[in-house]
Amino acid sequence: MEANGLAVELAGIWKRFPGVIANAGANLKVRPGTVHALLGENGAGKTTLMNVLAGVYLPDEGTVSLDGVEQHFAKPADAIAAGVGMVHQEFRLIPTFTVSENVVLGSGPPIIAKSTIEDQVAELASRFGLATEPGREVWQLSMGERQRVEILKALWRDARVLILDEPTAVLTPGEAEELGRITAAMAADGRSLIFISHKLDEVTAFCDEATVLRGGKTVAESLPVSELDATRLAELMVGETAEVSQRRTRETDVGSPVLAVEHVVVRDIHDRAIVDDVSLTVASGEIVGIAGVAGNGQRPLADAIAGLIPTESGSVMISGTDVSGTSPRARNMAGLSYVPEDRLGVGLAPRMDVVENSIMRAYRALSKGLLIDRTGASVYGDKLVEDYDVKVGKMEAPVAGLSGGNLQRLLVGRELEVNPAVLVAAQPTRGLDVKGVAAIQQILVRQAAEGVGILLISEDLEELFALSDRLLVMHEGEVVGEFDPDVATRQEVGAAMAGAHKVEET
Amino acid sequence: MNEQTIIGLLVSVIEFGTLLYLAALGEMIAEKSGVLNLGVEGMMAMGGVSAFWVGVETGNPWLALVFAAVVVAIFASIHGVVSVAIGADQVVSGLALTILGLGLAAFLGEDLVFEAPRAAFANFELGPLADIPWLGETIFSMTLVSWLALALGGATWFVLNRTRAGLSLRAVGESAATADAAGTPVVRIRLIAVAIGGALAGMAGAYLTLKLAPGWSELSTAGRGWIAVALVIFGAWRPGRVLVGSVLFGGLLALEPRLQTFRCQPGQEGLCLGFEIDPIIVSMLPYILTIVVLILISIRARHRPSVAPAAIGQVYRREER
Repeated sequence: MEANGLAVELAGIWKRFPGVIANAGANLKVRPGTVHALLGENGAGKTTLMNVLAGVYLPDEGTVSLDGVEQHFAKPADAIAAGVGMVHQEFRLIPTFTVSENVVLGSGPPIIAKSTIEDQVAELASRFGLATEPGREVWQLSMGERQRVEILKALWRDARVLILDEPTAVLTPGEAEELGRITAAMAADGRSLIFISHKLDEVTAFCDEATVLRGGKTVAESLPVSELDATRLAELMVGETAEVSQRRTRETDVGSPVLAVEHVVVRDIHDRAIVDDVSLTVASGEIVGIAGVAGNGQRPLADAIAGLIPTESGSVMISGTDVSGTSPRARNMAGLSYVPEDRLGVGLAPRMDVVENSIMRAYRALSKGLLIDRTGASVYGDKLVEDYDVKVGKMEAPVAGLSGGNLQRLLVGRELEVNPAVLVAAQPTRGLDVKGVAAIQQILVRQAAEGVGILLISEDLEELFALSDRLLVMHEGEVVGEFDPDVATRQEVGAAMAGAHKVEET
Repeated sequence: MNEQTIIGLLVSVIEFGTLLYLAALGEMIAEKSGVLNLGVEGMMAMGGVSAFWVGVETGNPWLALVFAAVVVAIFASIHGVVSVAIGADQVVSGLALTILGLGLAAFLGEDLVFEAPRAAFANFELGPLADIPWLGETIFSMTLVSWLALALGGATWFVLNRTRAGLSLRAVGESAATADAAGTPVVRIRLIAVAIGGALAGMAGAYLTLKLAPGWSELSTAGRGWIAVALVIFGAWRPGRVLVGSVLFGGLLALEPRLQTFRCQPGQEGLCLGFEIDPIIVSMLPYILTIVVLILISIRARHRPSVAPAAIGQVYRREER
């Protein structure tokens, strides 16, 4: 069976998506009974590679082997049957089902006696030291408890290989420690774990070996974690010869503040402060960057500034007007434009056409009484498409058919064409190809030069270093550091993103 | 108060309750799997006409019941295929099923309209229990179809809550993508649920034309299929509560034709409440109550997940990349 003694071997995996190469010959070798860290920056291809192992994607080239036997997974169910379990970043649980119902779904006995199932799930949980209440409904559970349900689902199906995709991103520090104990118990049981992470402290604490991906390729294979330190890891992840984008040179002086956020708190349904007492200002002509690992409060902060979600306390001022508690439109009128992270869900209406999407901010000026001036609207749309270089087929076609780069240029253009005082841009270049990224960055720089204050939320450190005048770091809902991109190093910022301040404070 | 009048009313409550419970139970099963089927009215008409025809031809009501169940299960599968397998809008497809069912039943039953019923479900007197005052002449003399409806209600609860198949069906109705990832055949389960829902609506139709209002006319269903749809919401998608709702709404349907007698007139026997209620108000009540329940459900859903199946009305296509 174990011809080469490896629980998992991924060899020469290529996976291309339209416009993006996610994996370019990636390798991974995991020994049985170990916790293996898979490291890399955002966009390095970690999640894609794991989706190949979990049967979600079919690789274009390369082989997947388990215990030395080559596998061909056509669908996730094949991988599950072969003993691969994956805990996705977004949990796949049914909120109205109990813990045990979620665990046994699809693979329980024909007749389910509630108490029996709950006993069995409780027994399985205790075997691996997972604290859980099998009879509770999942919607009542914390994120950490939900994650344990996902792990239980995999164990119930007797997964020999368990993939955890950035498992600590949603956990409190205490929960993360507990996860470390659970993974250790599973490894001691002879199972293999693949632990996707950005955070060095977790990797050294929980993992045995580490593989590093960069640009879809494996740049370091199965290093013992004892050989890793922050500098070495940052070098591997970022690359020693990483091309540094041209640092923006300021042409105008920073003006007066156009956005002032003071002590803003946002809570989720579990009453957790997902934005925790955040204060910041953006001045006219300034680009303020916000760095942070995904899920540390950046998105709710942006939504709260835009008025899409309610704040518990704190205030938001736009160009000197207090807009706290007002509607999104009142904020737009005060001079705010917003490029949301979810372009097609929140930013644009996918089934409406290019002209209709273009005028969504300016339609009032283009109306005569109750009616929209169709000619004026289409002139406006044509100009927008021209000015922002949006490649469209027909103006009357739904925007859902446009490529990512064109969608984003249309959205950014629409938001800037109304001459805002402030632009909040959330992940504006994520998922775009090199040309698309450059186009959006140029637009942002040009607008800042014309006096727009820009709050740029990004997970791409290169971008933040290249564009920002000041760089703030968010971690667990708080702003934990402010850096001057001209003097700060990526390691310093990276350490703050990973929550290093916590260690220093104590 | 006249005892016979009250017993007559109670018997009528049981009859309307049985009709509504069968249809609503079927609709609930389909909705639990995530498929809204607004075709109940049409399905009930199809069941009514098929059962009545078999009744006239054979004189056997049970054969008629089974036939109606099979015919309507197949008929309901039109909605299943169109909305689940092909992925058309469930509301549009369900409404089409109602319009098609009413029209088709009227067409097929043209020659049956003046036909005298030759089969009917007999009252079933449950031994000595039938001698108990009040209960004996009502519950313990009701037809076996009513007992069957109760049994099906219990079976539905058991399957939904205590079996792997039921867990899968509910999972499909809550989140098709999650169920699919767990290896549950989403499309197959939804098709089966819609067909079972149709079979129950067909049985309701059979009960209508072979017991509740013997005979066939294209007006037989009289909007009761819609009450069954509302009942599912009223009963919060739970077999027990839907039963309570069926009795309540059945009561309203039973009251409606008797209301004229409510006003106290000199020398009148029977129920006398001393005031007048317009029957039209009573016929609106099921829908008003349903709206009230909908509001309550929505208020409750602010603090916890809604009791409605989360994936209801949603077309599921596995994401291909």
